[in-house]
Amino acid sequence: MALLEVRDLVVTVATAEGPADAVRGVSFTLERGQTLGLVGESGCGKSLTALALMGLLPEGAKAGGQILFDGRELVTMDEPARCRIRGDRMAMVFQEPMTSLNPLHRIGRQLAEPLRLHRRLSAGSALEQAIKLLDRVGIPDPARRADAYPHQLSGGQRQRVMMAMALACGPDLLIADEPTTALDVTIQGQILDLIAELVAESGMALILISHDLGVIAENVERMAVMYGGLVVESGSTASIFRTLAHPYSQGLFAARPGLASRRGQRLATIPGNVPDLTELPRGCPFQSRCRLAIDACAAAPPPPVAVAADHVARCIRLDEALRRP
Amino acid sequence: MSIALRLPRRALRHPSFVLGGVLTALLIGVAALSLVWTPWSSYEIDVPNRLKPASALHWLGTDPLGRDVLSLLLTGAQNSILVGVIAVGIGLGAGVALGALASALRGWVEELVMRLADFTFAFPAILSAIMLTAIFGPGIVNSIIAIGIFNIPVFARVTRASANAVWAREFILAARAAGKGRFRITIEHVLPNISASIMVQATIQFATAILAEAALSYLGLGTQPPQPSWGRMLNEAQTLMFNAPQLAIFPGAAIALSVLGLNLLGDGLRDLLDPRLARKR
Amino acid sequence: MSLFLLKRFATFIATLIGASLVVFLALEVLPGDAAQMILGPEAPAETVQNLRVKLGLDRPPLERYLVWMEGLAQGDLGVSYAYQTPVNELLGERLAVTIPLAVMAMLLTTVLALGLGVYAAAHHNRVGDVGVMGFSQLGLAIPNFWFAILLILLFAVSLGWFSAGGFPGWSEGIWPAFKSLLLPAVALATVQAAILTRITRSAVLEVLREDFVRTARAKGLSRAAALWRHVLRNAMIPVITIMGLQFSNLLAGTIVVENVFYLPGLGRLIFQAIANRDLAVVKDAVLLLAGMVVLVNFIVDLLYAAIDPRLKVQDT
Repeated sequence: MALLEVRDLVVTVATAEGPADAVRGVSFTLERGQTLGLVGESGCGKSLTALALMGLLPEGAKAGGQILFDGRELVTMDEPARCRIRGDRMAMVFQEPMTSLNPLHRIGRQLAEPLRLHRRLSAGSALEQAIKLLDRVGIPDPARRADAYPHQLSGGQRQRVMMAMALACGPDLLIADEPTTALDVTIQGQILDLIAELVAESGMALILISHDLGVIAENVERMAVMYGGLVVESGSTASIFRTLAHPYSQGLFAARPGLASRRGQRLATIPGNVPDLTELPRGCPFQSRCRLAIDACAAAPPPPVAVAADHVARCIRLDEALRRP
Repeated sequence: MSIALRLPRRALRHPSFVLGGVLTALLIGVAALSLVWTPWSSYEIDVPNRLKPASALHWLGTDPLGRDVLSLLLTGAQNSILVGVIAVGIGLGAGVALGALASALRGWVEELVMRLADFTFAFPAILSAIMLTAIFGPGIVNSIIAIGIFNIPVFARVTRASANAVWAREFILAARAAGKGRFRITIEHVLPNISASIMVQATIQFATAILAEAALSYLGLGTQPPQPSWGRMLNEAQTLMFNAPQLAIFPGAAIALSVLGLNLLGDGLRDLLDPRLARKR
Repeated sequence: MSLFLLKRFATFIATLIGASLVVFLALEVLPGDAAQMILGPEAPAETVQNLRVKLGLDRPPLERYLVWMEGLAQGDLGVSYAYQTPVNELLGERLAVTIPLAVMAMLLTTVLALGLGVYAAAHHNRVGDVGVMGFSQLGLAIPNFWFAILLILLFAVSLGWFSAGGFPGWSEGIWPAFKSLLLPAVALATVQAAILTRITRSAVLEVLREDFVRTARAKGLSRAAALWRHVLRNAMIPVITIMGLQFSNLLAGTIVVENVFYLPGLGRLIFQAIANRDLAVVKDAVLLLAGMVVLVNFIVDLLYAAIDPRLKVQDT
């Protein structure tokens, strides 16, 4: 049995113009110990997907569809049961380390919290564990740091603390939502390496969310490209990077500025803008910006088509797309 | 501008605004009505009929001197409006001028005006109003002046804060680059743009003025007899609590309803006029 | 940390001195000859002059200010003309009423406002929230002296559980004295609670939007647990600021409420002293009032430092 099975996940949010679907039918499977990357621009629904998995959707947002975690259905599960899973079996690290810790509580106490909650440890033993965790994530002088307040730590250190908090109870699944986006470039690499180490060591599954193809390419075995609330291409990372099938994925890849570009060479862009949630067309969400769009694209969201072994894309004009120069 | 066209329709759907508007209109209407007609005279004494309970003749009963309570309430509204309008007028006039000056000139002028305003806030307004009326003599004129003076720093603060925000905007830079003087810019651009927040503040200060006048009249320092005043009616009612408890209810209710109406109106206006100011309710 | 305290204390003293200057100048600037006003317009000029000398009004202002300050430092506050008692005794008696009253009112306000504010925030945009906001609007609109009268009507006149006013003194026993302060405290607390409820509610709503609350929930804390353990302490920061600022309004409220209940407190004394042109009392009582406000704000500053570790570090 797979660790995580997501079937037709839908997230509806309340907007000024009425309810709109920000996630419109996302499906994927994750085995124990596997790593998956979710990639896409802002507004494509990747963060909401993660929040839906954790059951932490913001006020006004509702989830539909099925989320099977270790065989248990999460969408319809009652809140107390979900609270027991959160932080224990499934944990999440967020994007903004500077504001993700309570400024009025000491680090040690915040780290100890999941241990006291889920493992019923006493304050003393939880604190001991917390210090060990701080050491594990590479915080120097962990005993003193445990006594410190968040504002006394740098951004990179705070993100390490967040990782330690997520790992405290040894979860089966770690979700990292843009964990390095808010950090300096020099620190980004360190944090990503740390995540890779911890995942390998503990055998937990990882869902890594990023808008940066480079981060995805180097850190996850499998990936899914999202646009307009749908997964438009998914499969093994190697296969996808070898053969970018979907026009959107191709555009994303081409848009990366390369260090080898010549001066004066214009950056490739995907024309148009990410559409407003409430204005998403019927059918393929990428139509308005796709160079290969035809009338049939508007009829219905394209069904998944196999491109290679463990590589699927949702486009009715794949043969054209694959024939690119 | 489409905003102006949508305003009346949005306004009618906003509960605070509607309720506040109705109550305020009631207050003004009642005061206006009492200028030409009241069921009975508010000034003629009729001692044989004193302290009568509510009846078909006197809907709310009579007071210790036989006057019809309903008529007294209606005429008392005049008082409240008078005080509200003039006191807020004083505060608005001087306060907005000072605030606009502080904002336009910046530097030590702004510092001085704001420090003075801050300092007056540290002293409870009612205390100083009591001192002023006690020294200069009680009466409606002095209460209005005292309350008016305490409105000045409030308006100065609001004006300066809003005006500063306007001065920072691009079109002001353009006007200055074109050579317009600060005075003209203030008159032509700054004041019209802050009028919304000033209006909202004025409604709220109106409410505060009514409460302050009532407190002063209750203490005997405000409106003097024979002019009816809700605050003074409460004072008289208190001495007769055991004999005629109903007298204490109506004047207080009148004050509360007027203040409630104005506060709701102010809140509603704030939400409607500047969506950026509208807090998530 | 001690540097922080020292700086705050220095500000405290400076503000007190500033307040004394303002009080003195205000009374200085007021027109009308105090001695004349006390004796009335009919009094012969000589009697008025004698009184002026007696009250020290013929000396230059600076000298009078310094004499006053000197007296304050030594605990000698002069004598009340109207009561013919030393002012410090008078103030002492009155404070024995006003301080307990203010403390009770503050406690009631805090309990009510925090409870309702958190409740409203937790039930944001639902019936509970609307109900609390409605009550808050009413609380803001009701004059405190009217509410006081209504309380008397209900609990004293109708039910007879309390007396309609007056203060039996602490020597008669703690409970009777306490009982006589209860209704006044409730009357004072209502308006303050109305304002503070709104502040608490917005503060809690603001904090609920913070990222670290999401982190707390991600760890598995229920909504209620996250509220208690993470939100409240952070929300208290703006709330206690406002409480400090509101204290001066509370004291101002005592002026009116003490009149309603015939309580021999500081507020009522100030009112009567002003009416009697009893200058010595007015000066000292108003300064005392201002001093209490400044003290409370000083305590608020200290509380900040205790609650928010980010402040402590700044000055080390």
